[in-house]
Amino acid sequence: MKNVKSFRLSLIAVLLFTVLSACGSNSGSHNNGNVAQSSPSASAKVPDPVELLNVSYDPTRELYDEYNKSFAEYWKKETGGTVKIKQSHGGSGKQSRAVIDGLEADVVTLALAYDIDAIASKGLLKTDWQQSFEQNSTPYTSTIVFLVRKGNPKGIKDWGDLLKEGVQVITPSPKTSGGARWNYLAAWGYAAQKNHNDETKIKEFMKQLFHHVPVLDSGARDATNTFVQRQIGDVLLAWENEAYLALKEFGDQYEIVTPSLSILAEPPVAVIDKVVDKKGTRQVAEAYLKFLYTEQGQEIAAKNFYRPRLQSVADKYKKQFPSLNLLTIDKDFGGWQEAQKKHFADGGVFDQIYTPGS
Amino acid sequence: MASKGNKDRVLPGFRLTLGFTVLYLSLIVLIPIAVLALRSGELSAAQWWNTVTTPRVMASYKLSLMTSLFAALANLLIGLLLAWVLVRYRFPGKKMIDGLIDLPFALPTAVAGIALTTIYAPNGWIGSLFQPLGLKIAYSPLGITIALIFIGLPFVVRTVQPVLQDLEADMEEAAVLLGAYRWRSFRKVILPELVPSLLTGFALAFARGIGEYGSVVFISGNMPMKTEITPLLIITKLEQYQYREAAAIAVVLLLISFVLLLLINFVQRWSNRRLHSV
Amino acid sequence: MAGIATNPRAGESHADIPKHLTEPRVIRWILIGAALLFVGLIVVLPLITVLSQAFSKGWEAYLTALKEPDALAALRLTLLTAVIAVPLNSLFGLAAAWAITKFQFRGKNVLVTLIDLPFAVSPVISGLIYVLLFGAQGLLGPWLQEHNIHIIFATPGIVLATMFVTFPFVARELIPFMEAQGVEDEEAAVSLGARGWRVFRKVTLPNIKWGLLYGMILCNARAMGEFGAVSVVSGHIRGETNTLPLHIEILYNEYQFAAAFAVASLLMLLAVVTLIVKSVLESRMSGKRYSA
Repeated sequence: MKNVKSFRLSLIAVLLFTVLSACGSNSGSHNNGNVAQSSPSASAKVPDPVELLNVSYDPTRELYDEYNKSFAEYWKKETGGTVKIKQSHGGSGKQSRAVIDGLEADVVTLALAYDIDAIASKGLLKTDWQQSFEQNSTPYTSTIVFLVRKGNPKGIKDWGDLLKEGVQVITPSPKTSGGARWNYLAAWGYAAQKNHNDETKIKEFMKQLFHHVPVLDSGARDATNTFVQRQIGDVLLAWENEAYLALKEFGDQYEIVTPSLSILAEPPVAVIDKVVDKKGTRQVAEAYLKFLYTEQGQEIAAKNFYRPRLQSVADKYKKQFPSLNLLTIDKDFGGWQEAQKKHFADGGVFDQIYTPGS
Repeated sequence: MASKGNKDRVLPGFRLTLGFTVLYLSLIVLIPIAVLALRSGELSAAQWWNTVTTPRVMASYKLSLMTSLFAALANLLIGLLLAWVLVRYRFPGKKMIDGLIDLPFALPTAVAGIALTTIYAPNGWIGSLFQPLGLKIAYSPLGITIALIFIGLPFVVRTVQPVLQDLEADMEEAAVLLGAYRWRSFRKVILPELVPSLLTGFALAFARGIGEYGSVVFISGNMPMKTEITPLLIITKLEQYQYREAAAIAVVLLLISFVLLLLINFVQRWSNRRLHSV
Repeated sequence: MAGIATNPRAGESHADIPKHLTEPRVIRWILIGAALLFVGLIVVLPLITVLSQAFSKGWEAYLTALKEPDALAALRLTLLTAVIAVPLNSLFGLAAAWAITKFQFRGKNVLVTLIDLPFAVSPVISGLIYVLLFGAQGLLGPWLQEHNIHIIFATPGIVLATMFVTFPFVARELIPFMEAQGVEDEEAAVSLGARGWRVFRKVTLPNIKWGLLYGMILCNARAMGEFGAVSVVSGHIRGETNTLPLHIEILYNEYQFAAAFAVASLLMLLAVVTLIVKSVLESRMSGKRYSA
């Protein structure tokens, strides 16, 4: 019996040890995992070198890849400190959920304000977070354009052409994708203008539009993949930056069509108060987002096909970003909370127009 | 339950091993699953029922069940054929084929997913052959079924193979001597013996198919009402911050799987008893 | 389930079947042809696809994709996860198999069914349950946050989800194995005065070592390849909480198709090695069976 007991003890010891090492190796893994050395466990005092986690949405991968390097250089020059920025990308809604569930993001840079509102509603940052930075905390903007196959074989010029016989439209699902909500609202805005705000006619337009959608991917990047890699569909409704990126990656197989009217897509940024206060990274996190508004930051945004806010940079890239009529979420749709409730919540307009047998 | 008949246990370690088993099982499996039920229980009964029966959710059950069913049926036939050929015939490369059967088991589902999508997409190797015929494979229920056939392939083969091997040759011989024709002897003598293992393999493939996510999500196209499987719907609910709803649907899926599992164990016990009573 | 799905005796070739009991040649070849066609279509074609896509940009691109820091970090995390999950599940498998096969007790069938449960649970759900338990909005979340313990979106969460998914493998492999062996050997050893641990080490272990290894290998393959469950709890922080399958998804989403398939080929290699080791073990096991 003695043997059994000691075996039992050693068993427990082994178990404990493994569990502990699992936790321990977590903090260990970012120590040896990367070039810059990280602070093992976060404490209240400012750690140096400092580590930031930027939780972002899908199409910003290339943008922040470049931006993070510039910011690290800038920070080194300004303060002499070393900053290392980690990135996480995914669908905007998914990312916001992860932050709510405890993913410790110092800053979030998501596709729409609604997703940051959701985080704020859980008390992780103040509810008027959009006042924290200039321009509604949106350092760069974008819009929704059409990506069509080379030569535009179906002759797509504007939203109305999407309903033409035999045209297949690719857009992700507005239920899960931030970009898709911008797509949806832009189309809605066009229909509203054409039909003098007659709601039944607008809904009919939207219903028909979604009849032309053969695949409803869950994220913006998935939709782009479906269009460019799988060769499905005649037109992709996409973020302008995403469309340009596809052009850059796949060369001359596609072209961009700018519709007569679109929406000003505002992907906002925010510091997650609760996380930065706990980790003591507020100063660097705020500097990180402010740097986005500088000439250098704006230049990087423009190079990655986001429309810059700064006039001087905007002028420089004027050719890349044709001007067009842009609706805004706040003026034309009463803000995200309202738009979400009316259109995208369960049982909302999108569910009504996108049901079986319709 | 530990105290009963403890005296006539000669071997040591009963309490220790059972205790550890139950503890570990509780920590890793049971408690987390209980939390799931608890969380979905935060909805009122009516809300709960509404959540798990909306048309979109119902469509996803139907799709998940139908595609898994068809895939399992296909695997039943393919699996029987493969087991038959592997046990009874000799041909070059047999060993390799036999090893390859287990590949879907060892290959990460995400890898399977992107590979299958590449093959069956409209511009893929096989997809492009069917494209002119107007037949869409990827991004349709057919594509999901193909992914599930891949995932479920080993189950039927591996359940039938050992039984087929153990089948007494003389039993068959007797049938032949009695003048039964080959097809008849297969139907009357061999097939009945295989039924329990066929059923088990079928149920395993079916159960696996219902829950499969990684390989399907790439090939399905995720159209609500059309190609949206139930596991994907759970993820979608999660991304819309609807935890309780996600948990509710998960509970339904869990119940389906659990019933299937009980069924499998039942079939196994039934066939064991039948074998032992002979 | 795995015990059935990957029966150790599969692949043993049967003694020759007398001529009058086998089918006419034509039928035989038709059946063999059909079988080969199915295996080709279902299994071989995806393999070829992965390889051809992986090398579509040449050797150099292939190697670059594998040497990228994020890929290496993903590889490290995947290995770490397996190194923790597999031994723990093996320990559990041994304990469970011992309790279930060497003793009679009430509720045994329920226990066996419960052990199987993770097989039937959708991987997505296995991730979800840990989010509900350890997430910031979950049951233990607030307490964990207060104490600055990271489970979800960190290595422990990934390990837990992996453990759940691979939970039954070793137990399922060992139970039929140890059942077949009965208890006589151990009882004899005990009557000769051997103590518990010693009985296990000297009598049981040598008998089951191949079965155990076999279960561990399957467990390992699944642990390294799990996608659905891990995807829910990972948080997708680059270079930190991405496992190899998640890294593949990311590359795929970044239009780096060749790189995605290159990393996929790494996992495929693992699968193939697993199968080879498995068939070697099988022949050892069946060899043992006949010599016994």
